[in-house]
Amino acid sequence: MNNANVARIQLNGDPFELNRGTNLNELLNKLKVQKNKVAVEVNGEIVEKKKYLNLILNNNDKVEIVQFIGGG
Amino acid sequence: MEDNFTIANKNFKSRLIVGTGKYKNFEETAKAIEASGADMITVAVRRVNILDKNQPLLMDYLDPKIITYLPNTAGCFTSEDALRTLRLAREMGGWRLVKLEVLGDKKTLYPNMIETIKSTEVLVKEGFDVMVYCTDDPIMTKKLEEVGACAIMPLGAPIGSGIGIQNKINISIIKEQSSVPVIVDAGVGTASDATIAMELGCDGVLLNTAIAEAKNPILMAEAMKYAVIAGRKAFKSGRMKIRKYGSASSPDSNLI
Repeated sequence: MNNANVARIQLNGDPFELNRGTNLNELLNKLKVQKNKVAVEVNGEIVEKKKYLNLILNNNDKVEIVQFIGGG
Repeated sequence: MEDNFTIANKNFKSRLIVGTGKYKNFEETAKAIEASGADMITVAVRRVNILDKNQPLLMDYLDPKIITYLPNTAGCFTSEDALRTLRLAREMGGWRLVKLEVLGDKKTLYPNMIETIKSTEVLVKEGFDVMVYCTDDPIMTKKLEEVGACAIMPLGAPIGSGIGIQNKINISIIKEQSSVPVIVDAGVGTASDATIAMELGCDGVLLNTAIAEAKNPILMAEAMKYAVIAGRKAFKSGRMKIRKYGSASSPDSNLI
């Protein structure tokens, strides 16, 4: 992919490349994440589920996707 | 006899709350929780593994519609991290009832009470029902109640230590002076420890390692279920007075 078409983000702490213009909903679909079982933060802000479609990911965005796991 | 266990206006069948960490796999976790009879479990919030999409999910084994998930901030050492974790948890499933734990030291895993009180205050203002892991200091627990904690959860001993309730006097003072439920959280190693907590009058017990690290976790889970029930009944029954000397159980009259 040439640079102009790529957005480089940080996904759960690791570098990740997307097509420019990809929204959060598309990213979650691509990752096959079950949306009702996760929460997402972009640049430190929690994103409500209804806003996934309208949130376009840009260069240097920091995306965190979390879930519940076993814990004390 | 009705003996309701209510936290933040929600009734629970069991006074035993169990953690879901340190198990071999989710099958074992689910079986142990079933055996324990608990209807509330603590869960952690962590990053999704992006690379392994076929990893099983806790929610596939323990249905949050059937069992109450209590999101926990285990592993958080600052108020900021704890708040972030619980806000994410709320977004995930709409949970208002949460467990706050802000640790102060990696070795003892003792709570940092200054950060804990500060975080409780913020969470309560944001509409959370906060069950708070804390030291067994009656002044600190009073403060937590004042800022709106819905349950006070003093440690019996350090997390994962399994050495049992170390300061029974403090735990009973905390119970006496609190108007919200008091739950011993951490330090329980075996069934009798859980019973002792309940005999002190505590409203419940929260434990994880004692079950997960038993050689047979499912059997220990069942033992804990009965230990909590036994301790509660013993407390409610009003135990006998302790005497210095013997007192015969059979009557002295009509001896042959």
